[in-house]
Amino acid sequence: MLLDIQNLSVVFHDQDAPFSAVKDVSLQVDKGEIVGIVGESGSGKSMIAHTIMGLIQRSACKISGKVLFDGTDLLTMDRETLRTYQGDELSIVFQEPMTSLNPTMKIGKQVEESLRIHTDLSREARRARALEAMELAELDDPASLYDKYPHELSGGMRQRVMIASALVQRPQLLIADEPTTALDVTIQAEILKTLKEINRKEGTAILFISHDLGVVRHLCQRVVVMQKGQIVEQGPADQVFFDPREDYTKRLIAARPTRRKLKGSVPHV
Amino acid sequence: MLKTICKRLGLLVLTLLLVTALAFFAFSIIPGDPTDTILGLEATEQQVAALRAELGLDLPLPVRYFRWLGDFLRGDLGVSYNFDIPVTDLLAGRIAPTFTLTLMAAVLIVLFSIPLGLLAARYEGGWIDRILTVINQIAMSVPNFVMGISLVFLFGLVLHWFQPGGYVSPESGLGSYLWFMLFPSLAVALPKSAMTIKMLRGSVLTELTADYIRTAYSKGNSRASALWRHVLRNAMIPVVTFLATTIAELVAGSIVVEQVFAIPGLGQMLISSISNRDYPVVQAIIVLVAFVVVLCNFLADALYRVMDPRLKGR
Repeated sequence: MLLDIQNLSVVFHDQDAPFSAVKDVSLQVDKGEIVGIVGESGSGKSMIAHTIMGLIQRSACKISGKVLFDGTDLLTMDRETLRTYQGDELSIVFQEPMTSLNPTMKIGKQVEESLRIHTDLSREARRARALEAMELAELDDPASLYDKYPHELSGGMRQRVMIASALVQRPQLLIADEPTTALDVTIQAEILKTLKEINRKEGTAILFISHDLGVVRHLCQRVVVMQKGQIVEQGPADQVFFDPREDYTKRLIAARPTRRKLKGSVPHV
Repeated sequence: MLKTICKRLGLLVLTLLLVTALAFFAFSIIPGDPTDTILGLEATEQQVAALRAELGLDLPLPVRYFRWLGDFLRGDLGVSYNFDIPVTDLLAGRIAPTFTLTLMAAVLIVLFSIPLGLLAARYEGGWIDRILTVINQIAMSVPNFVMGISLVFLFGLVLHWFQPGGYVSPESGLGSYLWFMLFPSLAVALPKSAMTIKMLRGSVLTELTADYIRTAYSKGNSRASALWRHVLRNAMIPVVTFLATTIAELVAGSIVVEQVFAIPGLGQMLISSISNRDYPVVQAIIVLVAFVVVLCNFLADALYRVMDPRLKGR
């Protein structure tokens, strides 16, 4: 078991009434497995991702339960120990490719940053590894991208840069937090293919978060469906998609756009 | 880039033309005449008329302006009415103190504001931040001449670290010259530093909430390295522009502070020339100050482009 989340709850005390973003969630990811978390916005799926990554300000909320990574609880670690996991064994790709890269730092430097932090590799070795990771993320001509700045790249390319920088230190677990939501459909499909390839080639376990059950079905072996911070259903991807037990899951499936032909004709321009 | 430089140079020329023309016009509408100070109030009308003709003051305003402009372009700044020596010679000895004052103040502002601004942002809400906020608020609301007088009082009269009014020229030792200039520079630099600290702090705090900082943390960056490697350059972009315009304003700030510390710089010269209606001197100083202001803005723009890769090639 690579990741074992046990009875995780995250409660915020910002307002007068405490708000439970995550309620008693337990889920597991095996080595090399792709697991999907599906749910509408506000269902707590991104909150789980940020909690695993240690990106939530511990002072702002109360976290209970366990997040065991390779048997060690990430929640009870001090910041310094947690840092040795972030970007090393654990990495994340965010939803917003346009703003998640530093606008004043060259692509190459951002891709190889985890190596600078976690290894003693020389500059040349880091560069070689960065180019390798960019190749893995299926970016064309990594060598010329290395010295470019984020604004010179499209959204899809930036997300691939994010994927490359998440993979550069060969993490055991990659969390993909709605990585394709901000991109258009064709690019979305290509990026999903890339993630699947990475999982096959590198054996990287992926926790894939999405609001689209259809996307998750094609990519993941297992699916966890969430609503209002709680798990409502989990199981093998096909079973959840074709034989949903919960009403909420059925509604999620029904809400997907289908390939049914639209009536009427396309106006000539 | 070449296009930008050409555009900037064109703007520089245009600004200088406008500023000098405005100065000419302003002097023609305010009361007073250079002949009053040269000849005294007892002079006869014939004497006044003769002097006006000699100085070319009887000519229409546009003619006088273009005549001055023609001389200026040939490098002739004219002769001071009061001192009867070429303006270039007169100003040559006055530039050094003002230049030193401005430069020292600029260096002090950078030395104070960058570390303190970062510190205030790094420990936002902590005691350093709170103390700085109070000091900043005070420093910002005190005009620089009051700051100057306070410094003269504290360091000059109470602590005797320097002799108030006892200007030390560079010829009598560089060390003691710079030591004396430190105090007026402080008077100019403190209010501006306060503003810069406040601005940098705000800029850093805004950048700290950006998505790319979350990315930086997710890679295992510590708070300090996120601040140095990621935030600093982005946060400095607006601050650099602000600093450049601030340095342009320093020249103006120095003029007032020179009075307080009795420094024989351009500021003193400008004030006495205006009250004596010494047109050639005033015009020359105006051109100089306008030039510095436009130059600073140009440098800010260039620096902005270097720091922000998104602006390259535009």
